[in-house]
Amino acid sequence: MSQKIFAPWDDPNEKPLIRFENVTKKFGDFTAIDDLTLNIYEKEFFALLGPSGCGKTTMMRMLAGFENPTSGKMELSGKNIAGIPPNKRAVNMMFQSYALFPHLSVWENIAFGLKRGDMDKRAIAARVEEMLKLTRLSKFAGRKPHQISGGQRQRVALARSLAKAPKLLLLDEPLGALDKKLRQDTQFELMDIQEGTGTTFVIVTHDQEEAMTVASRVAVMDEGRIIQVATPDGIYEAPNSVYVADFIGDVNIIEGIAKPAGEGTYRLNWAENEMPFVATSDVPFSDGQTAHLAIRPEKILITPDKPEDANNAVRGSVLDIAYLGNLSTYYVQLAGGQIIKAQTANTRRLSRRSITWEDKVWVSWSATAGVLLAQ
Amino acid sequence: MKRASWFNVTSLTLGFAFLYLPMVLLVIYSFNSSKLVTVWAGFSTQWYGELMQNEAFLDAALVTLKVAIASSTLATILGTMAAYVLVRGGRFTGRTLFSGMIYAPLVMPEVITGLSLLLLFIGIGLDRGVLTIVLAHTTFSMCYVSVVVSSRLVSFDRSLEEAALDLGCSAFDAFRLVTLPIIAPAVISGWLLAFTLSLDDLVIASFTTGPSSTTLPIKIWSAVRLGVSPEINALSTLMIGIVTVGVISASLISKRNAVKAQQDMQAAERGAT
Repeated sequence: MSQKIFAPWDDPNEKPLIRFENVTKKFGDFTAIDDLTLNIYEKEFFALLGPSGCGKTTMMRMLAGFENPTSGKMELSGKNIAGIPPNKRAVNMMFQSYALFPHLSVWENIAFGLKRGDMDKRAIAARVEEMLKLTRLSKFAGRKPHQISGGQRQRVALARSLAKAPKLLLLDEPLGALDKKLRQDTQFELMDIQEGTGTTFVIVTHDQEEAMTVASRVAVMDEGRIIQVATPDGIYEAPNSVYVADFIGDVNIIEGIAKPAGEGTYRLNWAENEMPFVATSDVPFSDGQTAHLAIRPEKILITPDKPEDANNAVRGSVLDIAYLGNLSTYYVQLAGGQIIKAQTANTRRLSRRSITWEDKVWVSWSATAGVLLAQ
Repeated sequence: MKRASWFNVTSLTLGFAFLYLPMVLLVIYSFNSSKLVTVWAGFSTQWYGELMQNEAFLDAALVTLKVAIASSTLATILGTMAAYVLVRGGRFTGRTLFSGMIYAPLVMPEVITGLSLLLLFIGIGLDRGVLTIVLAHTTFSMCYVSVVVSSRLVSFDRSLEEAALDLGCSAFDAFRLVTLPIIAPAVISGWLLAFTLSLDDLVIASFTTGPSSTTLPIKIWSAVRLGVSPEINALSTLMIGIVTVGVISASLISKRNAVKAQQDMQAAERGAT
């Protein structure tokens, strides 16, 4: 039986849970969010990714109700939520600093939101126990926040924000304060909890690996605008601009002049006296248009001899090698001075590898390995 | 540890002698069995006993206590509110003026404060008595409270309040359930400070007092004009005791909280690894 692919954003009949329509937010003269339109669907794990100051935190604070849009429409399950205060929204937030109440125990922190409603005591206790179990905190229920470790505090913050079973949970850099190893474990835990509870998560992060790991879709933001919204593999393999290609992961950008060569194939004249590169593109380019070939280092093959059947092959010498253990990145300098990064997995041990500094090598890739971008 | 040089020792001794010698003398002479203040005639606690019989003093002590409790409580409420607005109100129009005006009484000569309050009370026809002293003390001790509380609020993580709002609190509930319990040590310190200020104020109280409401400092001041008695020494010793306890506990409360939080934090980090 084939599993149904979760992709509500491709279904025109699906109603979005959150709708931003031409939302603009200004702080004085500064435009934090610039005419932004976006749909987020139920059960999504949506990541807002961008450098600091790109407006991702402002967007989250507008969803939580701490800021109101200057203009535009913001809807949650079809209802306009602009102007509704944070305590009247079915939205909860997990803060970057966790914002645990230091004078209350773990149990009381989780119960805090529940006590604000008209839930009876027994129901509150049951819900808190459920949350403690979900986040594996039962042993620490009686402790104060400063008596537990950073990772446990992170889980308390998550349990507290999930306790009220919000329609939407906002996570502001939720793993920023954890060390790398713990962060990776917690990412999977977050995904499990998100799937288990069926809550829609919107996460703000500047860590692209984190966004790629947890999210169903990623929005790359810059200067108050969304540059691209796509699934993690869409963002990585089919970026829509040099900015996105460069922001996510490592990339080689080769600028040149495009020349159509039939059926979605183009030749890119990138340097004088060099063979043009061949690349395919779904987006049409006109003859003579400037284009950028974005190609990931791991899709470039590095060999001592010229490969027979490669669409694109060019000669250079190894300038530098970045050895990362599992991977090595070779910086290959071409005759014109351009540097191409090629990455290979170190499937053999060091002594058996043949390419080293100053070696003359060939770098090659297929016509479909890269993406042609207008800008 | 660096060894103390002779210079440090001398300046420390001089400094402390300058500050505390008069008080030490007063405390010692309060245990003098002689009626003559300047002649030592052996240890005795009889003046403390006689003090307990002196109704004029006891009445004054009661008035002082009432005034101190009422005014410090009022000052704490008003001072905390002022501090909250100053720190959290953002850049509202007239903020600089407001903060300047809050702190002005700190440097205002007490005589001026007392005189202006007296003029006000006469102007509005308020009979001078316990109420007027309470109002006067609230006026001048409120700014001390707001200084103490606002210094705590500045370092207060604002996202705690936002988290409370996010979890369904109204703005007032967020203050009552989250902000206030966390800044409580600072508020209590502020209260104790206001309490001790009110307890030993002579100048402002004498401007705003009425016939039936003599506070202890006024009583002592008028008694001393007829000659210092060992009874006064005993009374003053008690007051020094109360004020000392107040000030020390105010500073201990905030210090102990800080130390305890740090220890727990370290324990948690150790437990995590």
